[in-house]
Amino acid sequence: MLSYALRTLTRMALTFFVIVTIVFFATRLSGNAVDFVVGEGITSEDRELLIAYYELDKPLFSQYLAFLRAFTDGQFGLSFIERRPVSQIVLERIWPSAQLLLSAVALTLLVSIPLGIAAAIWRKSWVGSAVMMVAFLGYAVPNFVLAIVMVLVFSYWLNWLPVVGNGTPLHFIMPTIAMAGVLIAALTRFTRNAMLDVLGQDFMRTARAKGLPEGRVIVKHGLRNAGITILSVIGLQVAGLAAAGSVVIEAIFAWPGIGDLLVNSALRRDYPVLQFGVLTVALAVIVINAAVDLAYAWADPRLRHTVQA
Amino acid sequence: MTRSPLLSVENLSLNFGSFNAVRDLSFDIARGETLALVGESGSGKSATALALLRLIEREGGRIAGGRVVLHGTPALELSALSDRQMQAVRGNRVSMVFQEPMTALNPVMPLGEQVAEVLRLHQGLDAGTARLAARDALERVKIPEPERRLDQFPHELSGGLRQRVMIAMALACRPDLLIADEPTTALDVTTQAEILTLIRQLQDEIGMAVLFITHDMGVVAGIADRVVVLRRGDKVEEGPVADVFARPRAPYTQALMAATPKLGSGAPKPLHRTEPPVLSVDNLAVRFPVRRGLRPGAHLDYHAVAGVSLSIAPGETLGLVGESGCGKSTLARAVLRLVDPAGGRVALNGREITRLGASELRGIRKQAQMVFQDPFASLNPRLPVRDLITEPAQIQSRMSRAERQALAEELLHKVGLEPEAARRFPHQFSGGQRQRLCIARALSVRPALIVADEAVSALDVSVARQITDLMAKLQQDERVAFLFISHDIAVVERVSHRVAVMWSGQIVETGPTEAVLHNPQHPYTRRLLAAVPVPDPARRADRVPPRSALTAPGLLLPVGEAPARATMIEVAKGHFVAAVDPASSLLNGAPPQAPAGAAAQEREPADRRRLHPV
Repeated sequence: MLSYALRTLTRMALTFFVIVTIVFFATRLSGNAVDFVVGEGITSEDRELLIAYYELDKPLFSQYLAFLRAFTDGQFGLSFIERRPVSQIVLERIWPSAQLLLSAVALTLLVSIPLGIAAAIWRKSWVGSAVMMVAFLGYAVPNFVLAIVMVLVFSYWLNWLPVVGNGTPLHFIMPTIAMAGVLIAALTRFTRNAMLDVLGQDFMRTARAKGLPEGRVIVKHGLRNAGITILSVIGLQVAGLAAAGSVVIEAIFAWPGIGDLLVNSALRRDYPVLQFGVLTVALAVIVINAAVDLAYAWADPRLRHTVQA
Repeated sequence: MTRSPLLSVENLSLNFGSFNAVRDLSFDIARGETLALVGESGSGKSATALALLRLIEREGGRIAGGRVVLHGTPALELSALSDRQMQAVRGNRVSMVFQEPMTALNPVMPLGEQVAEVLRLHQGLDAGTARLAARDALERVKIPEPERRLDQFPHELSGGLRQRVMIAMALACRPDLLIADEPTTALDVTTQAEILTLIRQLQDEIGMAVLFITHDMGVVAGIADRVVVLRRGDKVEEGPVADVFARPRAPYTQALMAATPKLGSGAPKPLHRTEPPVLSVDNLAVRFPVRRGLRPGAHLDYHAVAGVSLSIAPGETLGLVGESGCGKSTLARAVLRLVDPAGGRVALNGREITRLGASELRGIRKQAQMVFQDPFASLNPRLPVRDLITEPAQIQSRMSRAERQALAEELLHKVGLEPEAARRFPHQFSGGQRQRLCIARALSVRPALIVADEAVSALDVSVARQITDLMAKLQQDERVAFLFISHDIAVVERVSHRVAVMWSGQIVETGPTEAVLHNPQHPYTRRLLAAVPVPDPARRADRVPPRSALTAPGLLLPVGEAPARATMIEVAKGHFVAAVDPASSLLNGAPPQAPAGAAAQEREPADRRRLHPV
């Protein structure tokens, strides 16, 4: 188990290092930042000063080394715009993003697992077809379309729900649904397929032959097996959502999370913030993936023992 | 002996959709009686079993007519109960054991919980009491270390132990009737003998009746009081086991008896071998690395094949027998270079192939082909038969469409199928026909050797007989040699000129078939032969020596070490027996000479299976 955890950690560190490198060079492909940020209205002396301050006059490689050094001393620089440490700016955005992500995942699990099971059990009746139809539609509608339609209906026309910010529980409703939409569709389909696989297994017949009521056969024996496969998919989807979904949704609802911050920093070419924000998201994705890997290995006794051995 | 009936089946008819699986079936089971329900695939025997527990509705079937009555207090008409009422019967008054112990247990639930579940459900025990009762239930089916098993998972146990857990689960509530659906078909003969003995003992202890469903007449002779023979949904014969075996009345029963391989019914005479061998294997070894932790010193090797030598002459069949996990399939694969050997030599028609590169190997494939066990999995369902069976030849030399068609028709003729079959797809054929297709495919390159790995094990006895007859005929016509691998010794006897007995990665006895099977020298061979069911109820006896008398040598060893090689001694002309190791440790019952860590691993057969990378 220990060696497995160690291998996982090494793999995580390597992945992160590759991402750090890519992020650094990618953000510097579009020219000198200072020209865009403070281009007009400053003297050339101030400009020189700024370039020197941000060490933009040094060769790219030594900038890269300086950037890597930041991981040892925690000095990730100042925002071009706000003139305060980027770590501070990014860190205060993490909690709102995490809140939104968690509520979206919770909604997904609550909706799609029962729906998926129902679709598997009644696959030949109208229930199964209806669930799959809705799931298919949900998969086809991009999250920003869903978000905008909801805003139009519930805020603009009906005036039921607030649009901007995260002040009250009511603020959570639309962003959560918009974020969970595609995830619910994907997970419902997946749960259905995983359950279908399990329903035909011999041990389900064994469970019935024991005299268990059908509900317990499905939940206790069926879901416990299907759950392992479902878990692996949730991990991938949630990681993807943390990276991409939050950017669009947070921007639409002006949710004060990392996604919103990334969009704004990109528009304002605030590279230190953008850089640090992207790395934070990358780290979150890596951590979520590793956590799911470990949970997966733990949930499946067949893997658990190979892992321990 | 007249006993009151426990279960009456009256004019039962079962349908799957519009297909009529069972028609007008009636029989009684008396208290404490063992009734064998015998038939080949498609006979409706499993459908009947599922119908008794009313599980058939879940599998897409339904009871179309007739009644099933469970006598006793209270008497219940099972065929008329609601699902909720049936739940109180299942696992309580009537319980069931299934064929596949590998898949019939929930893989992610601890065994103790799975057994305790029945007790909590039917006897209302609380978690703690149920766990104790589960422990007792495991003890009753003679599972070693029952306490430890409670927290283990199915994959940690061997097939035999898993089937014992299934039985423990089924018998936990002391049912009146146990339905056993081919409970030993997936097991080795020695394990089968142990399970059958166990069921008999528990039956005496609990006084339950057993409905034993099987296709194996040998098993029927060993366990049943009465027999019902089914054929395509109709009962063709019913009677006491001695009468049915002594004077089978229905033509189908007679045919089934005739097709059942009987050990000792004669083997092909050994060939007079003058020509150089088609296949000669010398000291072949295959091992699979088992990684453990980060330190290189902790790595182990699993020696699946530990120094095997054999040879096969043109037109000869060598039967290779041994229990699951003994390395026979790995040996077959290594012979064809489907896995790479770690040491030793394999020569095909005198040419060493162990070190050939991929392109040279392709040419060699013309000389040796393989037929696999599962005819359903070994044919690509998307290819028409013409392309399937001519593919090996096409790889060797490009052919035009017309040439392929001509070759396909010729091959189909050889294996007894019609030329029109070339246009069809695998799903349109039965299991036996598919295995004919696999043989046709192997023949397409006119090989000198065909390796048949359990090629008839998945087939009904009558079909298996046709396939082995076909192989014998092809051997006559084409002088092809066979390496015929099977766990079924009676089938091996019927087709093999010589046999080799494999145990723990080594060959422990080899020689002319008659000599080895009638005069077995090695204790493992003797035990194997003693466990083969005899299709004669008069010779029913418990002839299996206790398992502890045989200790397999350790095959999981630290990197660099190798299992001790057995020295072969010639006891008669061409009849060789392993003499020193591992035979010596086995003869005097001494523990095997393996390093401590490896020996500990070896005691758990399931461990081997798990660590095996295949």
